[in-house]
Amino acid sequence: MISEVIPNLLHSVPVDDTWITFDVNSFTQNFWSSTFDGLTFGAIYALVALGYTLVYGVLNLINFAHSEVFITGCYGVFFTLSALNFGPSAPRLGFWAIVGNLVLALVVAIIASALMAVIVERVAYKPLRQRKAPRLAFLITAIGVSFAIQYTIYWWRGPSPEAALTMFRPLAIFDVFGTIIDSQQVVIVVAAIILMIATDQFIRRSRTGRGIRAVAQDPDTATLMGVNKEKIIVTTFIIGGILAGAAALFYVMKIPSGVQYNGGFILGVKAFAAAVLGGIGNVRGALLGGLLIGLIGNYGQVLLGSSQWTDVVAFVVLVLVLIVRPEGVLGSSLGKSKA
Amino acid sequence: MSTTDGPTLIPDDASAQEIADREAKMRQRKGWFPGLSDKWNALPRQTQWLILIVVVVIAYLLPILNPPLITTEPGNNWQIALAQMSVYALVAVGLNVVVGYAGLLDLGYVAFFALGSYTAAMFTSPDSPYVHIPYLWTLPLAMAVAMFFGVVLGVPTLRLRGDYLAIVTLGFGEIVRILATIIPAMKGQVGFQNVGHPPGTDSSGQPIFLNSSGTPWYWLTLTIIIVVLLAAGNLERSRVGRAWIAIREDEDAAEIMGVPTFKYKVWAFAIGASVGGLSGALFAGQVGFVNNQKFDIATSILFVAAVVMGGTGNKVGAILGGALVAYIPLRFTAIAEFKYLIFGAALVVIMIFRPGGLLPARQSLLAYGRLAYNKLKGAAGDIPASGKVVLEQGKGADNE
Repeated sequence: MISEVIPNLLHSVPVDDTWITFDVNSFTQNFWSSTFDGLTFGAIYALVALGYTLVYGVLNLINFAHSEVFITGCYGVFFTLSALNFGPSAPRLGFWAIVGNLVLALVVAIIASALMAVIVERVAYKPLRQRKAPRLAFLITAIGVSFAIQYTIYWWRGPSPEAALTMFRPLAIFDVFGTIIDSQQVVIVVAAIILMIATDQFIRRSRTGRGIRAVAQDPDTATLMGVNKEKIIVTTFIIGGILAGAAALFYVMKIPSGVQYNGGFILGVKAFAAAVLGGIGNVRGALLGGLLIGLIGNYGQVLLGSSQWTDVVAFVVLVLVLIVRPEGVLGSSLGKSKA
Repeated sequence: MSTTDGPTLIPDDASAQEIADREAKMRQRKGWFPGLSDKWNALPRQTQWLILIVVVVIAYLLPILNPPLITTEPGNNWQIALAQMSVYALVAVGLNVVVGYAGLLDLGYVAFFALGSYTAAMFTSPDSPYVHIPYLWTLPLAMAVAMFFGVVLGVPTLRLRGDYLAIVTLGFGEIVRILATIIPAMKGQVGFQNVGHPPGTDSSGQPIFLNSSGTPWYWLTLTIIIVVLLAAGNLERSRVGRAWIAIREDEDAAEIMGVPTFKYKVWAFAIGASVGGLSGALFAGQVGFVNNQKFDIATSILFVAAVVMGGTGNKVGAILGGALVAYIPLRFTAIAEFKYLIFGAALVVIMIFRPGGLLPARQSLLAYGRLAYNKLKGAAGDIPASGKVVLEQGKGADNE
């Protein structure tokens, strides 16, 4: 029996055409363009990752519904801009009119996301906190809320993505190292970095930020010292929501066809990976992790020749980094960071 | 209370009574059926077995009984629904070993499920150019393949704790899914049709195991679940199981007390993975079609939800959770647009009102034997030489 099977096995296993190829040529040619693109995506991941990292720092839990907070922001952007007649092609408006419209969309997205974040906290986390539930229970309510939001959107908007919106024609094009950088990339990266510096400074310098760090370090002692823990937790969710709303605007700029009921999920997973890569609970780590995940994914895509590879490469690098540095690149330190 | 300064090692009657009262009150607050688990534990072994046999017989009769109200018809074929529920239950039993016993949060369990499915598909489907083997052979093969990858994933990553481990396993699940899309041999979205099934024909010459027939698959999976449960129960009570519980409760303490934590974590991962592979192969056989669409992260998270909703660390809870996770969307097909909405809301409501899951793990003294357990709980009187517990009325644990 075995003697029959083995030669059979050897003969019938076909030699596949190679499914993994390294296109170094393409990599060197596209190095700068993929770098700039990677940084753009990285900035978006980093903004979403901040939401994960802040909530993790304060509550020690993975807020799985954060991707839905983000997608709520995307819908906020979509509806605002649709109402303002942005369509497949951008309306012919003056510079300041476009900026004004985008700021309006940003404000709507931020409000939508922050509201959703507070709703998630109220529905999924607060009742469990009051009952002193085990940590895994929080994970499941997060998943439940995430499902409920996703399928509410599904039921309302259907399964297909929303029509793509064009935000603006590239206003200015820079030429760096022979590679074209359009104004969107500049706007996204600069705005994201400003937001992140603002968040970092807010947490380091403001009174509320001190409260957040205190709760992250030791909730009970912080409460004894007069910190209103519940208020701090809600504030943390609101900050995460605001950043997710901003990320939503940039995401719709970058991927206009990405507004879909489950469109936030994979991005959320990658943003969470970014937060972990930088060291979850560490605000600066989220920035570093986001940029790294964006860059590495894009390099992998160019090197291996298919956009499918983006996520695989990102996750493989994540695993490798975590094996060497189990606490992430910068370590987790929202509570430990010095004032 | 005693007046001495130090802690009293031997509680006097009053404080013992106080402790017992507090325990009883806690139990009442915790359960829907207060004292049920104590009553169950106080029953003689023989009676327990008899009740279990009745439950198992009812479980086997479910596809024929087709109970009204519970049934998923007219929306879904009840027998096929049962087959799917049983596969999910088996998945939950396997994942319960990892999450429930060893306390390792594995968010990428779907990877092992996928590996099992692909093993079954690639060795039995006519679409596959590889050597073909009878379907039943793929079950142990799927277990072996999944176990191998469980070790491959476990050895480098199990140094990580908690959420870091969660994200790494999540990444692994996603990597397997994307590789199934990229690698030509796994045929991406085209997938494999006509996955094999167990042999056997009925009197009219029709094969017994068809994709359109749920009952035989349900019975097969149910039988496998019972076998796995017996094995898992034995593991739970063995040295390995005690090591797992120790790791779950406090990994550092376990390590210091001489438990080789890393080794047992890999064990848990490998055993859990093999059950995942087995259920994947059964799933592939029943559905008859495997492609890359069914193994996404959402499914993986559903598996974890099944275990936690049922009650981490409780075998019966895991089965219940797994079956429910499959059942709720099937039951509400009539209002298809809302079914996942209902499902999500159900998850939240269940966890808010039952934070420990539907059937919380018994915090029983696993380190002791059954007799010592009963004695400590006050259920047993004298233990005769025969080793049989004599229950005294009025002194039992059910006397509350």
